[in-house]
Amino acid sequence: MSNITELRDRCAIVGVGETTYTRGTDKSSVRLHLEAALNAIQDAGLSPKDIDGYFAYPHGGVLAEHIILNLGISDLKHSATIHMGGAMAVSSIQHAVLAITSGVCNYVLVTAGRRGYSEQRVSTMAERAGLTTPPLFSIINEFEAPYGVFGVTGFFAASMRRHMYEYGTTSRQFGAIAVACRKHAMLNSKAVMRKPITLEDHQNSRMIIDPLHLLDCSLETDGAGAVVVTSAERARGLKHVPVYITGVAEGHPDRPFSETTKVVMTELPGVRKAAIRAFAMAGLTAGDVDLAEIYDAFTWICLTGIEDIGFCQKGEGGPFVEGGRIELGGKLPINTHGGLLSEAHVSGINHIVEGVRQLRGECGERQVRGAEVALVSGVGDFGDGGVMLLRR
Amino acid sequence: MKSMYNKPLPVPTAETKPFWEACRKHELRIQRCQCCGQYRHYPQVMCPHCYSFEAEWAKVSGRGRVYTWVVTHRSFHPAFADEVPYATVTIELDEGVRVVSRVVDKKPEDLYIGMPVEVIFLDVTDEVTLPMFKGR
Repeated sequence: MSNITELRDRCAIVGVGETTYTRGTDKSSVRLHLEAALNAIQDAGLSPKDIDGYFAYPHGGVLAEHIILNLGISDLKHSATIHMGGAMAVSSIQHAVLAITSGVCNYVLVTAGRRGYSEQRVSTMAERAGLTTPPLFSIINEFEAPYGVFGVTGFFAASMRRHMYEYGTTSRQFGAIAVACRKHAMLNSKAVMRKPITLEDHQNSRMIIDPLHLLDCSLETDGAGAVVVTSAERARGLKHVPVYITGVAEGHPDRPFSETTKVVMTELPGVRKAAIRAFAMAGLTAGDVDLAEIYDAFTWICLTGIEDIGFCQKGEGGPFVEGGRIELGGKLPINTHGGLLSEAHVSGINHIVEGVRQLRGECGERQVRGAEVALVSGVGDFGDGGVMLLRR
Repeated sequence: MKSMYNKPLPVPTAETKPFWEACRKHELRIQRCQCCGQYRHYPQVMCPHCYSFEAEWAKVSGRGRVYTWVVTHRSFHPAFADEVPYATVTIELDEGVRVVSRVVDKKPEDLYIGMPVEVIFLDVTDEVTLPMFKGR
């Protein structure tokens, strides 16, 4: 393979599914993944026996073996666990494309999600784990936790402040993203948060870590999502119109270490690098995108993602998101399902699910009419990124 | 009072021990490549610029400027619950590396990006000293 453009449209997403998204569940993480997997496999018109590739979720105590065992997959040909946090879902699609186009696998399953409300709550992570968090957190536990910095909320608040300083971005501009996501969630019966909010509600919501208000932060929810990928040829014989993976790439930071040591604190380096390659593979530009499901663990991540993907110049994300441009009916509707901010936090696999449904035309009241190209992005806490372009 | 200290403490590793030992002596030392002279922080095994494993722990000025800061209102750890709201500050040292700490003599509302600061040392237990900063 001499050129990534040769991967363009060679594979398609043929099945998507999810669990109910809740705040509170008795179900185990494994059960949630299995429910989502069955829904996605059924959506594709396939049987678990057809699955011969599986990319697993690195969090929440779910091992690939749990899923393989329960689905009764007897001849799995390739499996890996993608340790890229919120970039794992998009990155897993790149892995799926590589596994399928190389001839190793025919039908690849990806699952993601966790008991993010009932168990793995970010807000109690430090307390619960006694700081024995994942390996990359060890340096932060040693050098930042003694001062009272715990987890991602503190990291990204620091970058958000820096963005406000360097580019004049305002809290209200970040709020426009929260409001847009909520408006879209109100049209999505699966979304956990459907009560309308205004910019004033955003401004009046309590500070979590200044400059991050409560409504700048994504949800803590229970649930999982799943996706099935196959070759374009096989896709054409299945239940739904294929949604082609026209461009997909992952990107990694120069220093996968901490937000503090990032070379440029105001960017998402993995997203910036992935976007260049994903657009190159697809032969498309940002202007070709009809809708975008942009990773939104915090409003700052979403706004910066918009810049680093190339929808606007660096630093112009603030003005870009104002005035309804990112809302349904605007020039670039984003997070049409409500995103992690208002639908559910399942590490961004719900962004892929929604992108596929939009291109199939299944989204009812929130359907972007005539949508032909959708972009999906993912972001990991240490700077990893994933960007994917889907087309019907 | 020191024995009552209930906040998380650094657990030094082989790579980071010299940093904390220097802090005990009220010296701020940062890893510096002995081959190409680049400073690096947080500590790491090899120089990513010239691939040398040889590094010294260079005593630095302890002076820097506020690069960014946040104010925690919702404590994510019980040991900090009675301190909220508190500011944690990212400082860019004159040597070019960043550290997270606190500026002990400033209120959150008085902080600004570019504020000049210098290191002080706080012996929080008999074993551990944390570098802190004050305005200069």
